[in-house]
Amino acid sequence: MNWTVNDLHIILVGTLCAVACALPGTFLLLRRMSMMGDAISHAVLPGLALAFLISGTRTSFWMFFGAAVAGVLTALFTQWITRFGKVERGAAMGIVFTTLFAVGLILIKQTADHVDLDAGCVLYGALEYTPLNLVTLFENDTFIVQVPKAAVVIGATLLFNILILGLFFKEFTMASFDPSLAQTQGFRPMLMHYLLMTMVAVTTVAAFEAVGSIIVIAMLIVPPATAYLLTRRLSLLIAFSIVVAVLSAVLGHLSSQALPYFLGLPETTSSGMMATTAGCLFLLAWLFGPEGLLKKKSGKLEMPEELS
Amino acid sequence: MDLDLLRETLLLERHNTRLVVIGVSLLGATAGLIGSFLLLRKQSLLGDALSHATLPGIGIAFAVMSAMGLSGKSLPGLLIGATVTGLLGVLLVLAIRRTTRLKDDAAMGIVLSVFFGLGVAILNMVQKIPGQSTAGLDSFIYGSTASMVWSDFYLIIATLIVTIAVTFLILKELTLLCFDSNFASTEGWPTLRLDVILMSLVTAVTVVGLQAVGLILIIAFLITPPTAARFWTNNLKHMLWLSTIIGGVSGYLGASISSLYNNLPAGAIIVISAAIIFLISMLFGTARGVLPRYRRHLKLQKKVGRQHLLRSTYEILENTQEEEPLKNLPIPMGLLRKHRYWSKGELSKLIRQARSEDHVERQPSGELRLSESGFGEASRITRNHRLWEMYLITHADIAPSHVDRDADMVEHLLGAEIVQQLEAELELAKATIESPHAI
Repeated sequence: MNWTVNDLHIILVGTLCAVACALPGTFLLLRRMSMMGDAISHAVLPGLALAFLISGTRTSFWMFFGAAVAGVLTALFTQWITRFGKVERGAAMGIVFTTLFAVGLILIKQTADHVDLDAGCVLYGALEYTPLNLVTLFENDTFIVQVPKAAVVIGATLLFNILILGLFFKEFTMASFDPSLAQTQGFRPMLMHYLLMTMVAVTTVAAFEAVGSIIVIAMLIVPPATAYLLTRRLSLLIAFSIVVAVLSAVLGHLSSQALPYFLGLPETTSSGMMATTAGCLFLLAWLFGPEGLLKKKSGKLEMPEELS
Repeated sequence: MDLDLLRETLLLERHNTRLVVIGVSLLGATAGLIGSFLLLRKQSLLGDALSHATLPGIGIAFAVMSAMGLSGKSLPGLLIGATVTGLLGVLLVLAIRRTTRLKDDAAMGIVLSVFFGLGVAILNMVQKIPGQSTAGLDSFIYGSTASMVWSDFYLIIATLIVTIAVTFLILKELTLLCFDSNFASTEGWPTLRLDVILMSLVTAVTVVGLQAVGLILIIAFLITPPTAARFWTNNLKHMLWLSTIIGGVSGYLGASISSLYNNLPAGAIIVISAAIIFLISMLFGTARGVLPRYRRHLKLQKKVGRQHLLRSTYEILENTQEEEPLKNLPIPMGLLRKHRYWSKGELSKLIRQARSEDHVERQPSGELRLSESGFGEASRITRNHRLWEMYLITHADIAPSHVDRDADMVEHLLGAEIVQQLEAELELAKATIESPHAI
């Protein structure tokens, strides 16, 4: 296995992306809406296609805009169907995103003859290709610091997420744990809901173009879920999910290079392996965590001593 | 569009589309049937997790078959692989849910994303195996009905028949599982095993549907028809039938329409047909649709408003007169407004409504007077209100000062039969009942 600066770049982008996703993911988990990332990542397809049809270009801005709008609409439609139709949220989400995905698929098929815009490239992204598009951050006679353009985009998203969470941490916490109390205290839980959905949509879409959706969906869910098995404190929950996200990205890329080598196969996609690594970390927490499967002595409840 | 061609397709007269149309309609019908149980079990998105979890199985099956020197793309082999990892994924969801504090959505999300990531990684690896072409493997992601052949068709039909048969055999058990799984387990039913059977049925439908509509759109097959059917009925049997029909019809329409155009993917058209049916059902569905529900709400609101107005008028009459029997005198508007703290607008709306029903009449002096029928109705409503108050005081131990609000909520729903029961229970058959509290 040859270690190059490209690997460093891939790990950098992957890590930034993982952390950027894990932050809103923690609150999605607390609100029992983990599937939203998956729904949004499928539902942005018509947004991308329409943005292309209308603007006629593949410039990032329009694609980003179209996808972000589609993402927020997914959350909005889901909320409406849940509220007005009194449909269970999972089912509402499923209907909305499959329908939007179907619309997107048709739109793309109509334009696919003329342009290189296919569903595959949207869903898989190309973490491997990020080192090909570099921007220079700093340059003098001796030094030159170059990072992938994707790192800048995702870094900005990460900063955006940190900023929003920092500003509204109290509100988010309250709205996640007790929406009714938040409402009575004037914290506007619905506003927080849509803000969170916007965060998820923006993160998903920004990461899409750069690294593909798999890593986004996985990092929105798996690191927070792993952390959830390790602690019951919110601050630690966020800290642990960041750690798990970073570990998944780094180990994921390493295993994408190393694992196929042992099987005698060529290297495989990093984003797929990052998701897989996150899954393995979850498995470890599930088995060996403080409330893990192997820690449980018996299924019976023990009576506290003072009562017996 | 060529209308003759459309007619021939819809009537199954065209030989080369007949197969696809029948196959996809059957698929839609079965998915609608199984999906109903998922919906009632509040696990609609399980289909999502499951369909993504089939991807690594497809990759592994391809690799194994290639390694054994067979063609990597033999359909039964790929589907077996898909079934194995799909089932594994679903079992993991069940296990995570049962052994950790994580909720359904997180359990599904973990399985979905990790298996999908693994699947992509594996597919990416096996694509580089020399000597085997993997072209066409992504038809499992987006589906391609056009590539269906006779053997696929038989496979679909056989699977679907088995699925439907099993569903009907354990219909009672599934119903119990969906409506009250805790009760089922205390009654000694093997809920875990039933859950696993249900999941296996879902897996069978999903795997068979993978090739036809792709792993993302099969999710819609499982979710949309039952959700649409739910708006029309509260009866499980009717819902199952309706959901099956809606699934079948969407499949039929989608497959027919898409076969007429080159670049309309069948899966997408099917999903959109189903979504349109869903939208219509959500708006107009007789049992839970938005508009019928809104109409019922307005009707109830009107009834409540009328009863409040009449009772208030009656109570004012009682308060202002000393001796029996009560005389129907005109009362000033100001008094009426103060009685329930109505705003001017609210009160005049109520009065307009009551006048159209001939319950009240305006006096030339501007005062309000109950009509003959209105007076009778008002005394009946007031009596019902007090009956319920007495019942709450004597049977529910609620303090007389607190019963007014409680009775206010329920009195509008009291039917003649319940009123009779109350009278018998309280031994109060008098024509007028005195209020148990100060008005």
